[in-house]
Amino acid sequence: MVKHGKKRFRGTVPLTVLTDGDRIKDVAVVGAGVTGMSAALTLAESGYSADVFEKEEDPGGHVGAWHSLFPGGESARDLMAGFRQELVSRGIRIRTGTEVTAVDRSNGYYTLQTTGGEPEKFRSVLVSTGYRLFDASRKEEYGFGVYPYVITSAELEKRLEQGDRALLVGGMEPGKVAFVHCVGSRDSKAGNLYCSRVCCITGVKQAIAVKELYPDCEVLNFYMDLRMYGVGYEELYQKAQEHHGIQFIRGRVSEAAPTRSGAIQVKAEDTLLGVPLKTEVDWLVLLVGMEPADGTARITGSLDIDRDSSGFLRGKQSMVKPWAAESRGIFIAGACCGPATVPESVTQGRAAAVSVVQYLSGKA
Amino acid sequence: MKTTADKWGFRPEQSGTIDLENGNYELWWRLVGKVPGIQACMFCGSCASTCTAQAEGMNFRKVQLMLRRGMNQSLRQLTAHCMLCGKCTLVCPRDVDTRSAIYNLKLLLHESL
Repeated sequence: MVKHGKKRFRGTVPLTVLTDGDRIKDVAVVGAGVTGMSAALTLAESGYSADVFEKEEDPGGHVGAWHSLFPGGESARDLMAGFRQELVSRGIRIRTGTEVTAVDRSNGYYTLQTTGGEPEKFRSVLVSTGYRLFDASRKEEYGFGVYPYVITSAELEKRLEQGDRALLVGGMEPGKVAFVHCVGSRDSKAGNLYCSRVCCITGVKQAIAVKELYPDCEVLNFYMDLRMYGVGYEELYQKAQEHHGIQFIRGRVSEAAPTRSGAIQVKAEDTLLGVPLKTEVDWLVLLVGMEPADGTARITGSLDIDRDSSGFLRGKQSMVKPWAAESRGIFIAGACCGPATVPESVTQGRAAAVSVVQYLSGKA
Repeated sequence: MKTTADKWGFRPEQSGTIDLENGNYELWWRLVGKVPGIQACMFCGSCASTCTAQAEGMNFRKVQLMLRRGMNQSLRQLTAHCMLCGKCTLVCPRDVDTRSAIYNLKLLLHESL
């Protein structure tokens, strides 16, 4: 018998009208890039319907704006179409144009403030807020934003959609295009000590794309190290050298400046010869790295989510359950946890979703 | 002739900078024509470290980098001591037929005499 404390409740449940704001839903997925979409699919396949929030007007995140995907060259558009079709067939609606502005914890559930109206309550939240691209104008020595023929890898992806008109210079095919690796990555001054991981292979992929459009164009890659860690990466690098004659020069470009003829002169050291080197190119492509997205810190500020020194999210047990955050019911996946490729993001999104299912069903 | 700059312990000299616009790439492409696999080099230096003629200044990694940059001036001298022993070919991780490349380079250099 209970002798003191609260009396056991024996009466009938008082009738109240449950508004949508009172209803506690299962799971919110924040961010509908490849990670969030993959997570939502896994949740749906397991019988849970997720509310997927996306601040942009279209789902797909950065990948939706890419031309082709490394190392196999699949079309990003086809990938997105595939996702869209699966989402529709599973009845998953992505709430685009709706930004989550804050997440607060109370009484064992999470309240999300969004730009979509009333706060909403959830039992669990999967954070898949992704990344933002490094702002190349911060590396002033490269002249991005000053010289029109200095562009980022993201802009090149968009241009590649135009086919052989992508890099015309005054109506002429380009004669020489150079890529600069590690822009904003492995750079203390930029505040990013880490390697962004995807730029090496992106540089190889894009160099081949340029060479395929313009076989007579010389293509150079200026690199510090080439990190071809993924399946098929080294093979693509070797193909770039052997089949496309793309030159890789070990040395970080120190400066870019326009010439009288309108070309861009770049300077670097050929560190393998120990000699300074200069050349003139029609286009200089900066392979920009990844940084934590602006929204990540904002929405995770009030939650117990560990962050590394660069601002990427870190799980409670980073070795064995990297997707589970310190707070119960909070899960993290994708590039908000650090630079990641498409298949890595998909894997993380799906793995995190399985943990969400276990959590919601009381099995974990 | 002494210049003012001499007072400061340095003087304007011929730039040692590689200017890719002034390179002569014909030799490189002719060599690629003979030994296409040479393009796969990733500059690891295995060939140079195992080289029997290393002490004589032979460094195949450097030789083919110079070819790629169109700097052909000192190649004859650098390859002069190669005995075509082929150790470099044994150790190359990209399976470049370095021995054949050096042999063909020597032939091309001889032709251009």
